[in-house]
Amino acid sequence: MPFAEDIGAATIDGLAYVGGLARLTGGAARAVFAAPLGGRKLKWTRAVHQAMSVGVEAIPIVSLISFFVGTILALQGAYELRRLGALQLVASAVAISMTRELGPLMTAIVVIGRSGSAFAAEIGTMKVNEEIDALETMALEPINFLVAPKFLAMLLMMPCLTTWADFMGVLGGGLFGVTNAGFTWGTYMNATLSALVLRDIMTGLVKSVMFGLVITAVGCQEGFATGLGSEQVGRSTTSAVVKSIFMVIAVDLVFTAIFYFTAPQ
Amino acid sequence: MPSGKESGAPNDPAIAVRNLRVQYGQREILHGINFEAQAGETLVILGGSGSGKSTLLRTLVGLEKPSGGELWIRGKNFASMPENERKDLRKKMGMSFQGGALFGSMTVGENVALPLREHTPLDESTIEIVMRLKLDQVGLSGFEDYMPAQLSGGMKKRAAIARALAMDPEILFFDEPSAGLDPIIAAGIDELILKLKKAFRITILVVTHELASAFLIADRMILLDKGHIVANETPESIQKSREPRVRQFLDRIPEPEVAGEIDYLQMLTGESPPLRR
Repeated sequence: MPFAEDIGAATIDGLAYVGGLARLTGGAARAVFAAPLGGRKLKWTRAVHQAMSVGVEAIPIVSLISFFVGTILALQGAYELRRLGALQLVASAVAISMTRELGPLMTAIVVIGRSGSAFAAEIGTMKVNEEIDALETMALEPINFLVAPKFLAMLLMMPCLTTWADFMGVLGGGLFGVTNAGFTWGTYMNATLSALVLRDIMTGLVKSVMFGLVITAVGCQEGFATGLGSEQVGRSTTSAVVKSIFMVIAVDLVFTAIFYFTAPQ
Repeated sequence: MPSGKESGAPNDPAIAVRNLRVQYGQREILHGINFEAQAGETLVILGGSGSGKSTLLRTLVGLEKPSGGELWIRGKNFASMPENERKDLRKKMGMSFQGGALFGSMTVGENVALPLREHTPLDESTIEIVMRLKLDQVGLSGFEDYMPAQLSGGMKKRAAIARALAMDPEILFFDEPSAGLDPIIAAGIDELILKLKKAFRITILVVTHELASAFLIADRMILLDKGHIVANETPESIQKSREPRVRQFLDRIPEPEVAGEIDYLQMLTGESPPLRR
């Protein structure tokens, strides 16, 4: 049964890959949360440096993309709502779609492109240049030294970026609302605030944290898996982006389902 | 240096290797190697491409796991010791990689200071002094603010040696210290190794295929061929050796014929695929 064997082998490979991600995340979590309790100093400077490049430097592009997505949502929503004579619902449609889904997701996609790929390229280049080996011979754990600061930076910056993206998306929707749906900026914001409950924002932020973990783990894992030769770095980078996008959407599906079935009626 | 655990007995060899075997997947690279390096000795491991000398070095510094045999460093079994003890031992070992392996995102000074910052409780001003001292020892004083990419090949190697020296190691490993350097710069690196040997009496283990440099720095030489040791002698006696494999290597006689397809490929690529995972 070669077909069944192939499926079995692919399944085992897939599980091993996810296991590797979990091991990496666990190691980084231990370095960030457990090691300081044991008296080991945490390298804040490296984490701050990462947080700058992962978070702060991503603000312009995240702003622009979420603003556009907010406007697109308003346009697409209005197309249907207008026929029902419910154009005033466009504000709540945009608000709920942005906070629950598109804010976290679009942020994750931008962060994958900017940072997930950079993690893979950075670690991959270090692997090719024997820098990872050098760390090990100096008794420095690559996970503590390289992954932990990225992990911490992502954990802090993803919810911040997502919150900002939610806000920019609402503004993008507002542009359509004010120009085409009879809102003023004031009434649009009031409609948005009354449509949202805290759960909408919180579920989005929980997802964004999970996305951050996935992006860090996949980016770093692909970096460490880089073979010999500089062309391999390009391969790892591509693979980090493709796998991160897939994993983020799979995680999104799982969490959206959990939130749907646990939602208070 | 704050010594964590008590070291082995003083007359233990710095490195003792017993029937060491290493394999990548199904392919065995080292077929049972035995040798010792005494404390303060400079041991040169010679061998052609694909002889397993790089694998041996990677195993000695703990980057590869032996598939059989024992590896004793300073009287302690390196392979079976707990992880934290192995880490302590590694802090007493310095490794200079073939390409330097300096961290490209840090300045030369930060590279040298890194092990001190991570492993010692020294304050920043002391670390600064030690870092300048180490750079001075390798002839790179004034270069602490340069990025590795701004350095020439020889300077990168010197900086890497300074980083390897940062923790005042008891054993220093060199992977191909003069490979890819012009003869004058390569001679400078040999000179530096000799200087370190005289000044600190540390155990030095050099893997190379450069004969001239090997005869200059070695107290003892090991010739590896296809994963076996074919000679383990002083430079003087290895010169007089009648062993055909030794003569072939020293007199630079090319392989008479290619034994098989795999060997032929190895000869063409200059290494044994797959060299690493």
